[in-house]
Amino acid sequence: MSLFFDYTLDGVANGMIYAALALALVLIYRATRIINFAQGAAGMLTTFIAFSLLSRGWGYWWAFTAVLIIGFAIGAVTERVLIRPLHGKSELNPVIVTIGLLVVFEGLAGAIYGNASRGFPAAFSQSGLKVGSTVVAFSHFDLFILIAVLAMMAATLVLFRFTSLGLRMRASAFSREIARLLGVRVGLLLTLGWALAGIAGSLAGLLVAPTSSFGPYYMDLILVYGFTAAVIGGLESPVGALVGGIISGLCISYVGGYLGSGLEPLGALALLMVALMVRPEGLFSRPPARRV
Amino acid sequence: MDRAALASRVHLPRQPLLRHLPVALVAGVVLYVVVARLSTYNEYQVGEIGAYVVALVGLSLLTGVNGQISLGHGAFMAVGAYTVALLMTHTSSNFVLELAAAAGVAAAAGIVIGIPATRLKGPYLAGMTLLFALALPSIADKWPATFGGDQGLTTTVPTAPGSLSAEEWLALIQVGIALVVMVLVANLLWSRFGRAFRAVRDDEIAASLAGIHVARTKVLAFAISAGCAGLGGALLVLSTGVANTGEFPLTLSIQLLAAMVLGGTGTLVGMVWGGILLVYLPQWSTSASNHFNLGSGANAYMATIIFGAVLIVAMLAAPNGIQGGLRWLWAHRPHPGQGGRGAPAPVAVSAGD
Repeated sequence: MSLFFDYTLDGVANGMIYAALALALVLIYRATRIINFAQGAAGMLTTFIAFSLLSRGWGYWWAFTAVLIIGFAIGAVTERVLIRPLHGKSELNPVIVTIGLLVVFEGLAGAIYGNASRGFPAAFSQSGLKVGSTVVAFSHFDLFILIAVLAMMAATLVLFRFTSLGLRMRASAFSREIARLLGVRVGLLLTLGWALAGIAGSLAGLLVAPTSSFGPYYMDLILVYGFTAAVIGGLESPVGALVGGIISGLCISYVGGYLGSGLEPLGALALLMVALMVRPEGLFSRPPARRV
Repeated sequence: MDRAALASRVHLPRQPLLRHLPVALVAGVVLYVVVARLSTYNEYQVGEIGAYVVALVGLSLLTGVNGQISLGHGAFMAVGAYTVALLMTHTSSNFVLELAAAAGVAAAAGIVIGIPATRLKGPYLAGMTLLFALALPSIADKWPATFGGDQGLTTTVPTAPGSLSAEEWLALIQVGIALVVMVLVANLLWSRFGRAFRAVRDDEIAASLAGIHVARTKVLAFAISAGCAGLGGALLVLSTGVANTGEFPLTLSIQLLAAMVLGGTGTLVGMVWGGILLVYLPQWSTSASNHFNLGSGANAYMATIIFGAVLIVAMLAAPNGIQGGLRWLWAHRPHPGQGGRGAPAPVAVSAGD
């Protein structure tokens, strides 16, 4: 029973990270109907930048902030330079371009920093918290993950629900043409969507790095887990990303715990296939009407 | 199409087998003569190109002709490779049967992935196949007793007949099978199945109104494509002599995609360019990296970076790839007697269209 409890806590903490990456995918999908497969690799690259800054003696929080800003910039530049020219072409083209970007990011990180996995510092202690006299599988750092991701989610919700900027972003995601006619600068807002996703992706990268083998490929699996989470949540709603993240975090943690570690990716594949067969539109969005 | 353009059209027989077989036979004879004159190392590389072409033909059929994307074809190659290696380890059956089994098992895996794929649009399918490519190696890692762990499983090539050296024989097997697969797929694309694949790609609703079973067609395309990838994987591990998961990383799946795009998505002949790139681009990039003294760390990743960068640039600037460019040149070639006025209507010369 206590084992189940530990797996659950572990699943929630990991699920929060998947939710952060799912949020990044959702922000981009809402704005441009594109899945950014380079999102994980971009987070990997910015985390390596943080690694360099830290080794030059920067304080953790300065590096943390700087890297979120760099993530914002990478997202914006990607949209402007690579994605904008593909507008109106086949939906396979952006998939291929973002995959190309994933490979370039990983190659750059490998060429500059090497293949070896390194240790990345955590902001807080990673040893389990004590509840009464028992140690549970939930550390101060896990608590920080929980708070950071929830804060990011809350900020996104406030932005979309209560600000005029968020309203304009929703309008341009709903219909570019109508929003443009109403005077919304749609192009700028699409770029902003990608830039905000860049922040979420960088955050995910920073949060995963201390608990994984931090190297050029450590975000590959996080990307596909985040994708699974986003698909379960429906790819459209930030709340869906959070719920999907927790569901996939729990499932993956139980598979790893009970069936053996190393099988997590297969568990995620099974989860994704079931989700796509049972409810391809996700839990939090309605099936789209198909126009003939 | 005007008269001059019609007259300039290359007249190939209407019967698909008569169209494709002579071309393949000529190519086969040329390659047989060429392979005999190559050095051992080059024979090895020509054979590898053949193995990659088989896999790329499958990917081109799926993505270019049927409109479904796969980021997991490297994993289907692994399925074929392990199938053939397992059969070679535990049984002593016929070599051709073992290759057929590799294609068959990979095709079955393709059906498993292809069935949920029938309901998915591009980006979803891309994500699912990406997860498949990442998840599959964990099976081999989980049961090292069966799959040989890190060492993997060894493969053997049948002994060469007559005066052929082992390397020549292997290269001829790989190139010969590549030609056979290309002829078979070209004929398939010429048939009602090929027309159904294209109809589903262009408009699923229109295709189903025309009486095509859309889901069945998509699963069939996936199965054939995965079968080709499995056969390609089996042929590839004959070159290396060992099937292990390190040979089939996610990078391979992405390089296959890049090679397909650069060769010319949806074409068959373009996949030869793709195969050549897959074999030679890593070498060229390593020597370029050495030339500029980028250090051994950068050397290992230079090919990856170049593949990704070229993929992006190709998608933005030349989405039809090399074969698309060649076709454009052929369609716009100068015509005697036409005074170079106006380009003729584009003429499809390959079986792809």
